[in-house]
Parts: sequence; C-alpha cells; structure tokens
Amino acid sequence: MRHLLLALLALALAGPATASEVKPTPAELESELVCPVCETTLDTSDSPAARRMKVYIRARIAAGDTKSEIKAKLVDQFGPTVLAVPPRKGFDWFAWLLPLVGLAVGAVVVGGLAWHWSRGRNDEPPPADGLEPLDPELERRLDAELARFE
Amino acid sequence: MTGRLRLGGQVVAVAVVAALLGLLAWKLAQGESEVTSELKRGGTPKAPAWTLERLNGEGDLSFASLRGKTIVLNFWASWCGPCRDEMPLLQQGSKRWQGKDVVFVGIDAKDVRGDARKFLARYGVTYQNVYDGKGSMIGRYGVTGYPETYFIDKTGKVRYRIAGPVREAADIDDGIERALAPT
Repeated sequence: MRHLLLALLALALAGPATASEVKPTPAELESELVCPVCETTLDTSDSPAARRMKVYIRARIAAGDTKSEIKAKLVDQFGPTVLAVPPRKGFDWFAWLLPLVGLAVGAVVVGGLAWHWSRGRNDEPPPADGLEPLDPELERRLDAELARFE
Repeated sequence: MTGRLRLGGQVVAVAVVAALLGLLAWKLAQGESEVTSELKRGGTPKAPAWTLERLNGEGDLSFASLRGKTIVLNFWASWCGPCRDEMPLLQQGSKRWQGKDVVFVGIDAKDVRGDARKFLARYGVTYQNVYDGKGSMIGRYGVTGYPETYFIDKTGKVRYRIAGPVREAADIDDGIERALAPT
C-alpha cells in the first residue's frame, strides 16, 4: 500500500515537471533567462533587447520547442550567462557548492568559538565574594595601611 | 589562548576586507577598456583582434585578414532604434568608399541571430557583418552603448570613435579622413 502511494506521489510530481519541459510557458522561461544587455531576468526587464528575446521565446514555444531546446538555442547565441541559474555540471557546480561550503565553514567556526569561550569561563574559579582578586603586592600594602589605623 | 584566537580572527577579518577592496578596485579598473581610456587621453590604441561568424556570408571573418586596410567598425543590434536610423548612412558610406582600401564591418552584438539577418536584409546592407551574440568585443573595445563606430587605420590602431549614431554622411567621411591621416 505504501509503495503504491509513493508511486502515485511520484507520478503526481513528475506530471507538471514533464508538462513544463514539453510545453513551457513564456512566464517561466522569462524568469529563468537573463537579458544580456541589462543583466536582469527577462520578466523584470522591458529593455528593447529583452522585448526581442521575449518575442523569440514565444515564437519558439509556438513552433513546438521544449524548454531545454529553447534554452540551448539561446545559450548558443548569447553564451551560458543568459541562464539565470547556472547548470549543475562541470565548473558551474561550484556556484551551487560554494554557498553550502561557506555555510558549513561558518557554522564550524562559530561553533568552535562558542565552545572555546564557554570552556574558558568554566575553567576560571569564581571569586568567593563576586569581586576580582587583588594583586598580592597591592593587598600587602592595603593590609599595612589598615594596620596603621588599628 | 583567547587573546591569540581573537588576534587571529581580527587578522582574518582585515584580510577579507582587504581582499574585497582589491576585488572592487580590480572591477572598477576593468570597467573602462584600454581602447576607451587611451582614446580619451588622445592616444591611438591598438584595436583588439577578433574572429567572428559572418552574418551575411559563410564562415568566419577575422580582424587579421583586414590588416592593411582602413576599417570602419560599427557595433549595432537589431533591437536598437538609433542603429536603424544610421544603417542607410553606413551602407551608402561603404559604397562611397568602395575601392579605396576602406572596408566597413558591422559587429552585431547581444542580439538574436535571426533578427540580425532580417535586419540586414531589410536595410539592404551589403558590407561585411559578423555576429557576437555573447558581446565579447563590447568590453574589449569599451563600447558604451549602441550604436558605436570605430575608425581604425591601416596599422590596426583606433584613431577615432563615434559614440552614438552617425548623424550624417560627413561624420563617416570625417572619421575615415582621420584614420587615413598620417600620425
């Protein structure tokens, strides 16, 4: 029963993904592609270059191209920088991995510092009266001064 | 131990800030190409070389193959309004200077290839045009906008630049005369 549910869930999720690949909408492609002149995604740009690319995308969709085919044609013309998100292959993997590596390193550093500081505080014996202990020389002089008044 | 750790942290923080400042300075220095800055100083910078796919013809065209000729190099794109206005002037100029060791070359940058071909056909452009979809020459020449025209002498040095559209035939002739003038 559980396997059947999992299979149905997988099918339910795969359906829209396949539909998006085979019959993409202009809006989703415009959010995944960058205007080469203004360097923002097409859906946020109204520059003449972006408008021409939008026309091109609509023409390719009408011609029956898949999402991958349209992207490949634009990468062929404008280079990989036309993609808003770098592909998960080759050197571009670094763009995906580096933020995660940075987060992991940051977490280790912060954790290490927190551990070090908390351990350092525990090692020091707390002063009995809540005050910092006096320097021995100062304490000796203070005792000598007080003795004069006795 | 804590003091040493703190000092180490401060050193790392200062190093990171210094590296970011260095990166910013490098990026700003890259913003203006050597061609643009040297032209502004009144110099004659060497034109960056290229080999690009022909738009109205077969195969590639290389800058090196034009050596020994005066070149009128025009950056344009089909979606650029002022490019439409100046294109007839450039086409007429190419005819006017034909057979005088002056070649006109258009570089269509950051454009859809099909649109560019239709544009050339619509305006009856017969001089050589190449395709630079990635815009790799934009930064190297220091193109600040579309259209922009560079006048390059026979030794491959940029002698003059028109930023923006060519307004009249005399602008083209003046640029060519400057490129032909002895240094």
